[in-house]
Amino acid sequence: MSDLLTLAGVHTHIGRYHILQGVDLTAREGRTTMLLGRNGAGKTTTLRTIMGLWPASSGTITLAGTRIEALATPDIATRGIGYVPETMAVFSDLTVKENLILAARTGPLDDAQLAWIFQFFPALKKFWLSSAGTLSGGQKQMLSIARAIVEPRKLLLIDEPTKGLAPAIVGALIDCLAEIKRRGATILLVEQNFRVAEAIGDDVAVMDNGRIMYTGDMPTLAANTALQEHFLGLSLEAHQ
Amino acid sequence: MSELAADEALPEPPRDIVPAALPIVLALVMLPLSGSASSWVTLTVASLAMGMMIFIMASGLTLVFGLMDVLNFGHGAFIAVGAYVATLAFGPLAAWMQSDSLLDNLAALLPAGLLAMAVSGALGAVFERVLILPVYGQHLKQILITMGGLIVAEQSLYALWGPQQIPLPLPGALRGSFILGDIAIAKYRVLAMVVGLVVFVGTLLVLNRTKVGLLIRAGVENREMVEALGYRVRRLFLGVFMVGSALAGLGGVMWGLYREQIHASMGGDLMILIFIVVIIGGLGSVTGCFIGAILVAMVANYGGFLLPKLALVSNILLMVAILMWRPRGLYPVTNR
Repeated sequence: MSDLLTLAGVHTHIGRYHILQGVDLTAREGRTTMLLGRNGAGKTTTLRTIMGLWPASSGTITLAGTRIEALATPDIATRGIGYVPETMAVFSDLTVKENLILAARTGPLDDAQLAWIFQFFPALKKFWLSSAGTLSGGQKQMLSIARAIVEPRKLLLIDEPTKGLAPAIVGALIDCLAEIKRRGATILLVEQNFRVAEAIGDDVAVMDNGRIMYTGDMPTLAANTALQEHFLGLSLEAHQ
Repeated sequence: MSELAADEALPEPPRDIVPAALPIVLALVMLPLSGSASSWVTLTVASLAMGMMIFIMASGLTLVFGLMDVLNFGHGAFIAVGAYVATLAFGPLAAWMQSDSLLDNLAALLPAGLLAMAVSGALGAVFERVLILPVYGQHLKQILITMGGLIVAEQSLYALWGPQQIPLPLPGALRGSFILGDIAIAKYRVLAMVVGLVVFVGTLLVLNRTKVGLLIRAGVENREMVEALGYRVRRLFLGVFMVGSALAGLGGVMWGLYREQIHASMGGDLMILIFIVVIIGGLGSVTGCFIGAILVAMVANYGGFLLPKLALVSNILLMVAILMWRPRGLYPVTNR
């Protein structure tokens, strides 16, 4: 399986702060790579750097064989990356429909794709003509993810989709992400909730202090309590 | 899976109509205070016409402010340039301007207005590329450089046209008033109201019914996410800046005809009024700008009629009162 996304020696500075300190990371095609780590480890900065929202100060980022680290954010997005930020960033003044119309860059909304999205997120159909600002937190997260998958993308960058959501909604999100995965999407997913990471992830990378400290496959990390305690400071058993 | 049809939506939260009702309430309060029905109608029509012209000039600035977070103190330059450019068109069209036929008048006003918009819009593009682009995100520098741009534009107009005020007489058919009993309604004010309403409705249609409009509204709220969806917000900025400048140019022509004279510093003189309107309305809100412009004009006209001395500070008092009630303006769009 080939590498769709590769970060090599990526450094990012925000003002005088040196956040990413030489990140080496790969996301393999058709697989879900979980990016784990403590708060402040640099996970969100990694996704924002890939999107060009905080430009890399050095290092290379390669998407499907093309260097993208020097491109502007719109050019990176149009190369086939869908981005779901931690803040969800739905346009609250626009309706659910209008949010999705904007996300469908290449043409009108595809009915079949919409029907597929509505299977997982029926609330979006129910609130189709409501302002996104009136949605609950979970519904906004659904809309944010729907925006990223309303058209086929090569790669999805998803930042902490379950943060602050009720368990029932987390379950629906896991089902949705699993289905997106089954359709062959490549996903790089930042997640604090190890249960979610275990349910969805194929590969895993653990960050700390702006560097990747561990890479491997998810079943190995999930099965190894010592590794979890060493890299994440907790074990899956302690979470249960 | 939900069985609800796609067009079934939750009830929207109640629309905030209080700000929109303010001009109506103010007009009704003035009815017994204005002495006679004819005075009230004259003052109200004057307020609406003045408000529409201010709205035309300010609507571009509120989008530029809201979408681009740019403090453009040079917006007044486009107002003055628009008015001066129109005089170039009025010269060869003088016969149509002086005609008593409304069609002849409109045949002169339309090309003059379009020329003013084209030149102001083009100047806006140069202004954005040369002056604004290097100082995006730096408010202090934006204030300094755009004020510098305004001064350069004003002095250029003085150099080209001279320091004197230039008369801009109303076209023949638009002089005088419609007389309805003892009520007189100035003809030009009716035209100003029609043009203002067309601009307002047109702007709302573009913002609400087109993808470009959706992008502008989304960009006002979250510029970064619009870029992350793959849209070049910088191009959108340039387009909005040009349209805003063109509308300012049109407003300059309308205002010049209203005052029947123009001078190079007319745009700068109007900037405080325009900023008050944009702040009252809420940054980035076209509807707020529209209501704010009408309120400002009403307070100026009613205040000038009732308490002439108060007219000097009436708009500042209005702004203070509204910001104490709604610190982010009547209909805020951005969180800035």
